[in-house]
Order: sequence, then structure tokens, then C-alpha cells
Amino acid sequence: MVNQPQPPLLEIQNLKKYFSAQRGFIRRQLVTVKAVDDVNLQVQAGETLGIVGESGSGKTTLGRCITRLYEPTGGKVYLNDAGGRISVTELEGEDLKRFRRKAQTIFQDPYSSLNPRMNVLQTVGEPLLVNKLAKGKELEERVTETILQVGLRVEHLQRYPHSFSGGQRQRIGIARALVLQPEVIVADEPVSALDVSIQAQVLNLLIDLQQKYRLTYLFISHAMSVVRYISDRIAVMYAGKLVELGPKTELLEYPRHPYTEVLLAAVPRTAQRHRGKRNVTPGEPPDLANLPKGCVFVPRCKYAQDICRAQAPELRQVGTNLVSCHFAESLHLQGIKFETT
Amino acid sequence: MSSQTPIAIPQTPEAPPETIIEPGKAATDERYYYASQWQLIRWRFSRHKAAVVSIVLLVILYILAIFAEFFSPYTPDTRFEGYQSAPPTPIHWIKPNGGGFGPYVFDTVRELDKETFKYIYQPDETKVLPIHFFVHAEPYKLLGLIRTDIHLFGVKEGRVLLFGSDRLARDVFTRTLFGARISLSIGLVGVFISFVLGVLLGGISGYFGGVVDDVIQRVIDFLLAIPGLPLWMTLSAALPRDWPTLKLYFAITVILSILGWTGLARVVRGKMLALREEDYTLAARGAGASAWRIITRHLLPGFTSHLIVSITFNIPGMILSETALSFIGVGIQPPAVSWGTLLQDAQNLTAVAQQTWLMIPALFVIGTVLLFNFVGDGLRDAADPYAR
Repeated sequence: MVNQPQPPLLEIQNLKKYFSAQRGFIRRQLVTVKAVDDVNLQVQAGETLGIVGESGSGKTTLGRCITRLYEPTGGKVYLNDAGGRISVTELEGEDLKRFRRKAQTIFQDPYSSLNPRMNVLQTVGEPLLVNKLAKGKELEERVTETILQVGLRVEHLQRYPHSFSGGQRQRIGIARALVLQPEVIVADEPVSALDVSIQAQVLNLLIDLQQKYRLTYLFISHAMSVVRYISDRIAVMYAGKLVELGPKTELLEYPRHPYTEVLLAAVPRTAQRHRGKRNVTPGEPPDLANLPKGCVFVPRCKYAQDICRAQAPELRQVGTNLVSCHFAESLHLQGIKFETT
Repeated sequence: MSSQTPIAIPQTPEAPPETIIEPGKAATDERYYYASQWQLIRWRFSRHKAAVVSIVLLVILYILAIFAEFFSPYTPDTRFEGYQSAPPTPIHWIKPNGGGFGPYVFDTVRELDKETFKYIYQPDETKVLPIHFFVHAEPYKLLGLIRTDIHLFGVKEGRVLLFGSDRLARDVFTRTLFGARISLSIGLVGVFISFVLGVLLGGISGYFGGVVDDVIQRVIDFLLAIPGLPLWMTLSAALPRDWPTLKLYFAITVILSILGWTGLARVVRGKMLALREEDYTLAARGAGASAWRIITRHLLPGFTSHLIVSITFNIPGMILSETALSFIGVGIQPPAVSWGTLLQDAQNLTAVAQQTWLMIPALFVIGTVLLFNFVGDGLRDAADPYAR
């Protein structure tokens, strides 16, 4: 990573997204679910920031708030690019539409993310059409160009989603995100619905495209094994909060937060010496409507002390990483050797 | 920057497309790849033989109703004095004494049974009356426009009463065809009104949610809690007796639709809620598509096929309701002819025991309802070609 004085492409400041839901039938109670709670992040142009966490950790919500698919409850998102600095969270109307061209999303489920009633040309061409960037013959040419980039063929243009496999469908989804030539792509678990053999193909495609178009990725996944393959830096989320953030190698080899250790322990390993030692993530995902008072990870943390129950730790710099744990310095946690393949 | 060298892409090509539509066959058939939703629905529907046959029969029924003047030998008000409650005239094919082949009827003579004081209709086998096709008879206006007097079939003298005659000596066959007009169209018109109400209110309910949704849902709950028949009876009893037939017809249709829209509204709301959360709707929003485009391109096409199914299943309900209301005398009123009013004549024991032909319109009601249900079945199976 070359450190340049230029500001980060994306600045996320104190981002919050709360959902309110009603609970109980007889006695209605309004509960607030803090899906994303006070997240601060900076994303550099051209890097891949991996965001990991289990289901319900708020990683998808975070991604959708950044691209304004959801309206954040609080906080700010700034985009710094050649066109200057824009405050994403305050955009409306035409300005929002212009921002949407710069930030696109790849969705998790290759089935529900494609309208079954639209063929490839219509699906991939829609962003161009609604932004009035191309139509007719030109639209077809640009769509063709894009689907060739993602490894589809010209004869696929008029086909409908039902004639494609999961991997091919995901390629269509990538083409749709790519066709507007965005700067940032939020890839929301783009491979987790695919067969393992197809996962590698799609990941490699994403890496190729990044190098070709200088794309910036926010790569969201629940699988550490996928994130470590593609990311430059990794952010770990738990219960809507950022618990650890650091460069890939450091975070993998020397995790500072107990939750990161738990996630790393779940990564399957091939070496003989690890056989039989796999420990399964203990405890259950947190109830977001009813979080503990102190550190959110207390109920599942095997190192928890009294201070953890009383006081929530701040996110602070420990070595190369940002960690929110009272004992980040003193704990010696088990990481995994980062194997360069 | 990502510095890894990409791992080698496996040499095996990706799996062939899943054959969602027709396992075994689709994989080899290139056409499936390029087929739009409506083509897929058509293909799947055409494999449902009962539904295809039913739709053909229904079309025939509607044609018979639309061109009732042409297909019936008489008018619904033609009376055959002296031939009250006559049984159906049997049709013969081989003429006596080597007269050749062709449809003909015998003239009928009426005799009074001196013991039971009942009229008995006897064929007079000496009088052969051939049935002619495209005969000139009573004049009428085809579709209300073309003045003509050609009927599909008829006899030059005597009578041909395919379904017999009623108490007032009118041809039941003719009246059944004319009755089909009201009975078959009330289903369509009624369902159209329910459709408009249902899509509008259900759409509002599902798209906006919140208080509006709550209010509309409670109204539906309330309407569904009212028993249908008593409500219809009360409402139609409140209609003035001296209204013209057409006005009465629309009033009855509206009354039937009052309860008909609720089911449809629920379907629309549910689909709206489900499709609003689909990722492709989100993707369209993320691409900058307007709300209007999202509704018309992504939401509505997602459930038009379900609407058609729902409508198909609603039509027989409407037909049955009209028949029931007219049967108990609060729906369509004579002299207007509908299957319900025709069945009013079959209400007494004499009809059931001795004039069974008066119940033929009931067969048409049953047949039509069954046909619509078959078509609905076929459509339902075909409606969502993407169901996994």
C-alpha cells in the first residue's frame, strides 16, 4: 500500500442504522434493533476492504447504507474522488442518481438478484437506460462489451436468467454493477451462494476487473477463508459494531480481538498438525434488540472480566490494528499462518 | 492493490444450465434459453390438456352467447301456443321410406290423457319435417348492427324444441343461449370491478404499508366476516323493482363485486410486499431507477400471472352467485333471461319429477364453472415458471 497524502475514497463517520420492530402480540413493545452502531471506516481508492462477521453482524446493512440502498439513521458517508468531496448521506434527487453511478452493489443471491422476466440485455442495460447514458444500438454495444468482460458470450444477450447456472447468473450481476463504470463496488457476499469450484472463478474475475478498472471493493463475507483471499485490509464486525480492523496479514496472524480469534478458528485448514483441533464457534449470535451493557461480545468471550461487563471498550490503535477490547495488549490470541499461494 | 496471482481457472466448463422448465427436454432445446415469461407460461399451459380443451369449450360457449340470435332457431319470447311444457323434440337422421339421410323431426300432436288430465305429446310419424340450415326466420340485428334473418338451423313448419319448452311454451334451448349472455358476462364484468378495486386497494396497502395498510386490512377483515348471501339478499332487496333490466344488471354486478375484491387485494398486497424485498428491486433502485419504473417493470410483471389465475378462479364464483340470487328471486328479474331466472321455472316438484328438461340450464352452470376451474388449474400450474 503506497501511502499518499490524498484523502481516502470513502470516509464513514459514526454511521448508524436502527430498525424498529414491534414485539409481542398482547402487549405491543417497540424494540430498536441496532443493525449498524457507530461505525467509523476509511476506504482507500483501489483497495479491497473485507468486512467479515457472522449473520446478523450488520455487515450487509453497512454496505447498503454506504450505497444509499438504506437510509442511515445517523452518521455521515463522504466520497472523495476526482469530482471533489461529496456528502453521500445528504444527497437527494439528481445528485443521488449521479452518486449511484459511482457506487454499485453485487448481491449475494444470484437467483433473487436477477429479475426472471428480463433478459441479459435488459438487466445489464437497465442502469444505462435509466441514467440516459445510452439507448438502442449503443446500449446493446455497451452491454455486449460489458458481458464479454465478465466472461459471458454474445449469444447470451437475449437469454433469460432461467437458462443460466448460479455462477453465470452472478456474472450477470457483476456486469450490471460494472456497466456504469463505478468507482466503488460493494460486493455483498458475491460468492457465498456458489459452489466452491465456481467461487474461485468469480473471485479471480473480481480481482482481474479490479486491476483493469482500478475499482475499490468493499467485500462483505461471513467466511474468513474467502475474505483473506481477496482483501488488502479486513474489518471484523460483531453485533453492528466494528471490533477489529487491520491489514490482512497482521489481522490473520496476530488477531487482537477474541471474536477475530473465534472466526479464524473456523477457517478450515489442511495441515496435518491442525487435525482434530478445530473448535467450533461457541455461543449464539447476539440478540440485537437486547445487547449486554458493557462489551457486546461478553456473553461469548472466554477471556471476559468484570470490567468487560461494566464498560464498553473503545476502538483504539494496538500495533497495526484498531481493536475494541480492554485486553487487546495482554491477550495472546491464536491466529492462522497466512499462506501465500 | 491485490498482489496475489489469480489461481488457475479450472478447465472444466461451468455446469450446464439447470433445467427448471422441463427436465430432460429443456437442456436440449435451445428455444428455452431465449423464452420470455409469457412464452414459458404458454408452453406449460399447453401441456395441461384438460385446461386447453376447457378453454376451447369456453370460447365456444361465449361465441354461442354473443351470437345467440344466430344460433337459436327462435327468439326468447316466441311462444308456441298449445305447446306448453313440451318435452325436447327428438332428432332423427335416417328418413323413412328411403328418403335419404339428414336431420329431421316429426311433427308433434298433443292429446289429453282422459285419466290423468295431462297433456301427452306424441310424434306424428307421417309428417317428416327436415331441419334446414341457414334458414330465414325471425329478423334480428346481429351484434345490434347487422340486420338479418338467417338462423343456423330451423324447420319450415312445425317446431324444433331441442331442450323442450317451458310453462309459457317458449323454447328452452333459445332461452338458454340468451340466458348465457347475462350469466357469462356478469362473471367477467363483476370480476373486472373486483379486479380494479382489488389491485388498487391491495397495491396501495402493500406499497405504502403503515396506517393505510392497517385500515384497508381491517376493512377486508370486516367484509370477509359478513356472510355473503344474506348481504347480497339485503342489498338486492333494496333495489327498486321498476329499474330497467340493464340498470338492475349493473347493480347486481356491483353488489356481487363488493365482496369479490377482498381476496384479490390480499393476493396483490402479499405479492407487492414480497417483490419489494427482492434483490432485483433493490438493484434497480441502486441503479437509479424511478419508483414508477420499479413498480411497472419489476413489481407488476411479477404478479400479473397470479392475477390472471386469481381472476379465473373468481369468475365461476360470480356466475354461481348470480345464478343463486336469480334463483331465489332477488337477482336478475324476468323478463330478463339468465340461467338463474330459467332455473326459477324448475323450482317446483312437477318440474323435477316430470319436466326434467327445465333443469338443462343447471347443466350449463355446472359445466361452465367446471371449465373455468380447469382453466384456472392449468393457469395456476403454468403461472410461475420460475417457481423453484
